[in-house]
Amino acid sequence: MIKHLEKVPVINKLKQRLFTDWIKPSQLKQAGILNMNKRNVDYIARYNDRSAYPLVDNKLKTKLVLKEYEVSSPKLLEVITEQHEIKGFRELVQKLDGFAIKPAKGSGGKGILVITGRDGDAFVKPSGSKVDLADIQRHLSNILAGLYSLGGSPDVAVVESLVRCEPMLANYSYQGVPDIRIVAFKGYPVMAMLRLSTQASDGKANLHQGAVGVGLDICTGEALHAVQFDRSIEHHPDTGQPLNAIKIDDWQKLLVMASRCFEATNLGYMGVDIVIDEEHGPLLLELNARPGLAIQMANGTGLLPRLRAVEALRRPHFTAEERVAWSMAHLGAASKPLSQPATEIEASEPVAVGA
Amino acid sequence: MSRHSKTPFYIATLMLILLGIALAVLRNQSMGVPWLPGVQQPVWLVEARIDYQAWGEPVTVSLNVPDNAPGFATLSEQAASPGYGFAITEHKGDRRAEWTIREADGPQTLYFKTRLIPADSAPSPVASTKTPVPTQIFLEEPRATAALTLIDEAGSRSSTPTSLARELIALLNSPKPDQNTQLLLSDTSKIDTLYQLLNYANTPARIAEGLVLEDARRAQTLQPYLQIFDSGTWVTFNPRTGEQGVPSNTLLWRQQSGSLLDVTGGSDSQVHFSMLRQTIPALQVVRAEADSNNLGALSLYQLPVEQQSMFRMLLLLPFGALVVCLMRIIVGIKTSGTFMPVLIAVAFVQTSLLPGIAAFISVVTLGLLMRGYLSSLNLLLVSRISTLIVLVIFITVGISVIGYQMGFATGMTVTFFPMIILAWTIERVSILWEEEGAHEVLVQGGGSLLVAVIAYLVMSSPLAEHLSFNFPELHLVVLGAILLLGQYTGYKLTELRRFSPVRKYL
Repeated sequence: MIKHLEKVPVINKLKQRLFTDWIKPSQLKQAGILNMNKRNVDYIARYNDRSAYPLVDNKLKTKLVLKEYEVSSPKLLEVITEQHEIKGFRELVQKLDGFAIKPAKGSGGKGILVITGRDGDAFVKPSGSKVDLADIQRHLSNILAGLYSLGGSPDVAVVESLVRCEPMLANYSYQGVPDIRIVAFKGYPVMAMLRLSTQASDGKANLHQGAVGVGLDICTGEALHAVQFDRSIEHHPDTGQPLNAIKIDDWQKLLVMASRCFEATNLGYMGVDIVIDEEHGPLLLELNARPGLAIQMANGTGLLPRLRAVEALRRPHFTAEERVAWSMAHLGAASKPLSQPATEIEASEPVAVGA
Repeated sequence: MSRHSKTPFYIATLMLILLGIALAVLRNQSMGVPWLPGVQQPVWLVEARIDYQAWGEPVTVSLNVPDNAPGFATLSEQAASPGYGFAITEHKGDRRAEWTIREADGPQTLYFKTRLIPADSAPSPVASTKTPVPTQIFLEEPRATAALTLIDEAGSRSSTPTSLARELIALLNSPKPDQNTQLLLSDTSKIDTLYQLLNYANTPARIAEGLVLEDARRAQTLQPYLQIFDSGTWVTFNPRTGEQGVPSNTLLWRQQSGSLLDVTGGSDSQVHFSMLRQTIPALQVVRAEADSNNLGALSLYQLPVEQQSMFRMLLLLPFGALVVCLMRIIVGIKTSGTFMPVLIAVAFVQTSLLPGIAAFISVVTLGLLMRGYLSSLNLLLVSRISTLIVLVIFITVGISVIGYQMGFATGMTVTFFPMIILAWTIERVSILWEEEGAHEVLVQGGGSLLVAVIAYLVMSSPLAEHLSFNFPELHLVVLGAILLLGQYTGYKLTELRRFSPVRKYL
């Protein structure tokens, strides 16, 4: 019934979307927007070795490998690999207040169950709703059966300690933990954004589900623009917080973390998802070998000029720190005044080639 | 990873496409497979009827039959003659139909039927390697002098055997014939006179017999035609008009010297011709010709009919795949399951569109309702999908039976849908609904259905079916196109909308 009431505005919106919101390919090119086909052919297929995929598609493996490269991630509590182990889950969580259950091979945040606390026998989700043990066991069973894994292959469930988000950032987000997505190309952080969950995204930090993306200056970690569903916004739709004042602390440390993932995985083009824990500082959540394109909308600029600048580097830097320093010097928004966005692209290209 | 040069790839793809087109053109040109479906080809059905009186002895009847008649291609030949043995024999270029029987008495009738296609490009007359020797003609006086005078007169106005023949025909046909002509024609027919004159002038000449083809004519007889040998080929003249060449409606039944009809063991033999113009699908012609043609070996018509119908469907799939590629790579429509739309489109081809869509949507909707209950049962994934498969089969049986009881035979068509695909579709849609909400279900479900409908429209078009089956090599072109699409790195149509806010930052 609700649907019927909404019908008329929906049609109007559809009309507007169908006929007015278009852009010429030449304009997109001018803005250097990377598109899906080009990303797949020219970046993912060319720079991401297929043999490295299992590493990033499996959160457990990612975690273990990155540990060796001094990239910390949320504490691993338990791995559930067999259906019969599910029965013992009650003993396992006896002492725990909060934890997160993740399918090791899940993608796009699917199948992640976060428990923030207890209420008697029930478990409390970030939204405040409660689930009981049977629900969690069913969820675990689904994970093991491969419901959330790529291609439906059997999976394992990873239980991690709960990330308690740094309060300053948590204020911006509705329910879920905000995370920072950094796109690293050949180990150079090229673009970053903060992802804030919303009511529409059901507490998940997934942009296509309606999370807010806030573009971050790769040089300073300061907010640039914010978008929801690829459309500009000024304030968080649920918390009402202005989104332009955000600044991430310890920015360089985050970038170095992202950069190190390149050595660990050898993936040329990837998305690095980092959360900032109240206690432990930045923690790596997961890696993504097929990072989305919405980050460009959040930054208000295209990836292509930056990717080309990195490709044009004659002598790549060997340490994460050097790469981050180069990125901060050349790819930041500082050299491109936001008051004159028109010159942004032209300014960046010669710099890129010169570098 | 190293950056390969794309040039060899593009060259290979281009060659693939060119090869496909070249083979198709070759098939079209050499075998006459039409580009468009439903092309009709006129065919002449010519029937020779032989009547004779048998003497009650062993009988051999031998009829000269067309062999490489200029302007025509033989499609089929058959004889109707109960009790007779029949064979086509060929001896020194003389092609004959031969009937034999141990004993026959009284009036006998034999039929020889041939179906001929007018060929656009007349097969080049068999170029004789050696020039035939003119027949020796002996003429008595005063005919010899008259003949020489005529030959001199015509010879002075001509330069080649062809022009000589033309001039002689003109002389014999002149409205006011001179004395020599009158003398020659007094006791010999015009065609025989020409035959004698030309051979007398040392020009190889022969008498051919032709049939003027007119629709639905009966009891026709053969007309004589004059053929002279000039620079390697036989040139045909109509002795009555002097017209050079074979008219398009004339079938040269007999070209070789030799009798038209021989009957041993009988008498009073006669041969009459009747003819009929038919049109048959050009494809049928091709199929009949395929056996005798080299390229026919590459044709799918060589396969047993059962396999043919299977390939008919199978060969349409690449077009569906191409549609999916276009829709996903160029347009950017989201579908649930990459090739699910093609499989649904294949089912639509069997069910026809509207009943297909209705059946598909009702099965998926019912399945989703049942899946809603399943998700609360806490089943393992494999058994949940298996349950769904069983349920989907129940649903299709239910729809079929209820539809049949209500008098809709279309309800039965639901069985054409691939059950496993339906079960997976329901599962995927259900998860999509739980995780991403109804909006995403509508986007992906609608996208899948849209792509399925477009793929159906392409695959069910008579042209696609015709081309895919009769020109299997065109699939090389489809393959090339798909390979090239795989290299497309430009913007998708939907991205032009998605990224439109970028305008602000320009």
